[in-house]
Amino acid sequence: MARKILDQQLQEVKEKLLILGAMVEQALLESAESLRKRDMKTARRVIATDREVNDRRFAIEALTIGLIATQQPVAGDLRRLAAILEIAGELERIGDYAKGIAVINLRMEDRPNPPVPGDLIPMAQKAADMLHRALLAFVNEDAEAARAIPREDDEVDALYLRIYRDLMNVVVCDPSAVERINWLLWAAHNLERAADRVTNICERTIYAVTGEMAEMDVTWDELEG
Amino acid sequence: MDQTALEIRNLRVYYGDFLAIKDVNLSIPKNQITAIIGPSGVGKSTLLRALNRMNELVPGCRTEGEVIFDGVNIYDPRVDPVEVRRRIGMVFQKPNPFPKSIYENVAWGLRINGFRGTRAQMDEAVERALRAAALWDEVKDKLHQSGLSLSGGQQQRLCIARVVALQPEVILLDEPASALDPIATLKIEELMRELKRDYTLVIVTHNMQQAARVSDYTAMMMLTGEEERSGTVIEFGPTKTIFTNPRDKRTEDYVTGRFG
Repeated sequence: MARKILDQQLQEVKEKLLILGAMVEQALLESAESLRKRDMKTARRVIATDREVNDRRFAIEALTIGLIATQQPVAGDLRRLAAILEIAGELERIGDYAKGIAVINLRMEDRPNPPVPGDLIPMAQKAADMLHRALLAFVNEDAEAARAIPREDDEVDALYLRIYRDLMNVVVCDPSAVERINWLLWAAHNLERAADRVTNICERTIYAVTGEMAEMDVTWDELEG
Repeated sequence: MDQTALEIRNLRVYYGDFLAIKDVNLSIPKNQITAIIGPSGVGKSTLLRALNRMNELVPGCRTEGEVIFDGVNIYDPRVDPVEVRRRIGMVFQKPNPFPKSIYENVAWGLRINGFRGTRAQMDEAVERALRAAALWDEVKDKLHQSGLSLSGGQQQRLCIARVVALQPEVILLDEPASALDPIATLKIEELMRELKRDYTLVIVTHNMQQAARVSDYTAMMMLTGEEERSGTVIEFGPTKTIFTNPRDKRTEDYVTGRFG
């Protein structure tokens, strides 16, 4: 029965997704840490890794589309494969955010040391941890976990708000720092967006497991309001 | 939900003492294509044939329950089964044209149903039916050749034309493409999408991809009850739902190939 091929390849594509997720998770942590430490070597490595992230995302897409074409999956199988296509795309974008932070680090290379906010590290750690658990929820088909994780996005948003206020205070005191502060704000914003994309991954997991399409997003505007 | 063409109520079909299908309750939506799917031997064709009293031609077959069509139970003793089968036509698995000309294959049904027009009117009716069955362009220059000279796919469309000529309201199709190659199958499927403008279609198929491609609604049948011997409809809904998010675990297992 064709079922056996489908099961094996579904497992294979899930494993590839986990590897991609692990790479992106590490890139996110390393980009923030290297910015904090002004470590250009690590920043360059993060940028180099992003090319591999992109390649792996395309490989997952090709494998998944091949499965859809040849195995004609339906119902739960089809939802899982559709979710994998989306999640691979989300991972690729999170990888871009990490790369973006690394690029910011390099661009500020010849500038005087800017006051890189300490909250950047816990923010990256929180986003990476959410990402890690979101992917586990997907492979374990755990819709409950997928529903719970997006609520933690509030913590990331709160850290972002703090960084934002800190950096605004710096600009008020030293208007000449505006360009550097803008870069740093951008880096923090990348982390905030990365966590938002974890929410998208959780939404896809809920869809794959239950068939329910639900918006889990807690937006920045709602937090502000 | 769309308007209902056929309302099936507590339908049971016996072959002798054997209860083949039981307790089927289903509303077949009008001007839509409804697919009946399920494992072999579950009673899909039996259910289909119950919808125009074709089962009565099987010795020992007995039907209980009601099939409401146009406000009347087709099993009411006052109802003429021949009239039922004209208004609810059927196309079979194996194309079965008569060993007559293409023209006569279509004209014959009209004649036995009391067609009393002129020759020109008959020509018109034959052309209309062949056009409706998407066969006209392929046969218009050889209407008087044998129906058996056509390819399998063309023969099946000729059989559809034969049914359409009688201007039925419902067309039942029992595995209409299982003997055809993929291109001929696609033509039949396209034809079904066109026919649903004017007719209600019910198709039995064991090809799930075909059910997914062609139908608007899907009825999933499974064996249930004591020793799992009698078939019934366990889930009915929009085809998209059945193939993306079925409610019943057994439907999910069947459509994803986990069953059996």
